[in-house]
Amino acid sequence: MVKTVKVQALDLNVRYGTHEVLKALSLEVYGNEILSIIGPSNSGKTTFLRCLNRFNDMYASFHFKGTLTVNGVNIYSDIDVEKLRKKVGMVFALPTVLPMTVLENVAYGLRRHGIKDKNKIAEAVERSLQAAYLWDEVKDRLGEHGMKLSGGQQQRLCLARTLAVDPEIILYDEPCSALDPISTAKIEEAMVRFKEKYTQILVTNNTKQAARVADRTAFFLMGQLVEVDDTRKLFTSPSDRRTDDYISGRFG
Amino acid sequence: MIKNPYFRERIAFTLLFIATAIVVLPVICILFFIVKEGWHAISWEFLSQMPRKGMREGGIFPAIVGTLYLVFGTLVFALPLGILSAIYLSEYAKDNFLTRMVKLAIINLAGVPSVVYGLFGLGIFVVFLKFGSSLLAGSMTLAIMVLPIIITTTREALDSVPQSFRQVSYSLGVSKWDTIRHVVLPHALPGILTGMILAVSRAAGETAPILFTVAAFYLPRLPKSIFDQAMALPYHLYVISTQVPNIKLEVRYGTALVLLMIVLSLNLIAIIVRAHFRKKRKW
Ligand SMILES: Nc1ncnc2c1ncn2[C@@H]1O[C@H](COP(=O)(O)OP(=O)(O)OP(=O)(O)O)[C@@H](O)[C@H]1O
Ligand SMILES: [Mg+2]
Repeated sequence: MVKTVKVQALDLNVRYGTHEVLKALSLEVYGNEILSIIGPSNSGKTTFLRCLNRFNDMYASFHFKGTLTVNGVNIYSDIDVEKLRKKVGMVFALPTVLPMTVLENVAYGLRRHGIKDKNKIAEAVERSLQAAYLWDEVKDRLGEHGMKLSGGQQQRLCLARTLAVDPEIILYDEPCSALDPISTAKIEEAMVRFKEKYTQILVTNNTKQAARVADRTAFFLMGQLVEVDDTRKLFTSPSDRRTDDYISGRFG
Repeated sequence: MIKNPYFRERIAFTLLFIATAIVVLPVICILFFIVKEGWHAISWEFLSQMPRKGMREGGIFPAIVGTLYLVFGTLVFALPLGILSAIYLSEYAKDNFLTRMVKLAIINLAGVPSVVYGLFGLGIFVVFLKFGSSLLAGSMTLAIMVLPIIITTTREALDSVPQSFRQVSYSLGVSKWDTIRHVVLPHALPGILTGMILAVSRAAGETAPILFTVAAFYLPRLPKSIFDQAMALPYHLYVISTQVPNIKLEVRYGTALVLLMIVLSLNLIAIIVRAHFRKKRKW
């Protein structure tokens, strides 16, 4: 398979005020792969992820240096941030259902982007819920308030909502940290299926999850990329001793 | 000291209950008194007729209409202005010295005595802008008086909308303004309506701000335009209680009762609307 470079980070330096969070970080993400990012708390995983959809912009103390391209376009230049975020979707750690019905949750992004045609919306809602493995459970409850779903269903609803606006890249920040094993399995199954269509970046504290779903895995430590490799290789014979320490649990 | 936790609990409960009763009792007494003294005066004629013979006979119809016009006029000016500036202050303004001063000033404005608003309205609207003593000048004066209430409650309502809702919306590429319109405002609406309820009560009941800006002593006809003077219940009540001799006591209490009923029913409407929106956002 020919690898296309979907995301390229070159020499990123990120700080909040004087606190350096990412240091000289370079990393490539290939099209249609799942790249997982593991590493101890405070290693800058979330910060890196939130650079990709310019989500750190809202903090006044955020400072960015380096080059970060998506589809070859430098996203820290004068681009349309809203268009970028349509292309680069995000699923948060805690399921955050908007205070509206199941259907309106999924339709929210479409409506805000000006799609009014009822059939189009209904079709996109069904397709997205199907893809998130939620359709069968909620097809008779579309008019109910989204918060009435179980936690696991809510997270899949959030996933469907992200899919509905038709992104190319999906960012996940510990998407299963609040979920039970069965809901987690469903989300992982969906992620593996999504490889046909999307490029996915998964930040997780659960190394087993990284091992299960990721094609490649990157290990972050104190704002630096220690190594990135095929997942199997990284977990069986890492080239850096610190990676070995972390994945075998000898690490804080 | 009393050791037995059961008795301590009883004592605490009794004290709290008595405190609440002391607070509630005067309100009930006032209500009871006004209803008892005033309800004989209430008749269809009293509610629907012009006053006659120097207000000693006839009804209070123009004062009722005037008060309703004033409340409506106040909301027309104060609601959009208050809500929009609250959105600006809560969602857009940078957190700097100037913004903090503005926020502080608005909170303090709520404590300014209402007669000061009356004088301000006289100076600006009646004299300087040449609106004369009119519904327009009165509504604008009352609007300025209730603006701090609306801004403060709206800002509290906006601030109580979880940040995560906004984040989700942004993550889907939705703009800030669309996020405010479609996620933040609907969620804050019940809180904003609370501000409106408070504003209505205040605007309907105050005498001092309308004294120099709109209120007519005795005007046995309805205002024809926004540049007309009008009678209003609080001022009318003041007039018949202190300025006109030989008015039957029950007429005064009847007028007070009508004013109370108007404020209560306007509030009731707003409370029903608010309950409707609360139910809609329930989960
Ligand atoms: N908005 C912010 N303002 C200031 N400092 C921040 C901000 N966001 C993150 N940081 C700092 O950046 C560092 C890295 O945080 P980050 O959230 O990226 O870590 P992480 O690897 O995702 O950790 P975890 O596994 O606990 O989620 C932390 O020391 C944190 O305090
Ligand atoms: Mg994190």
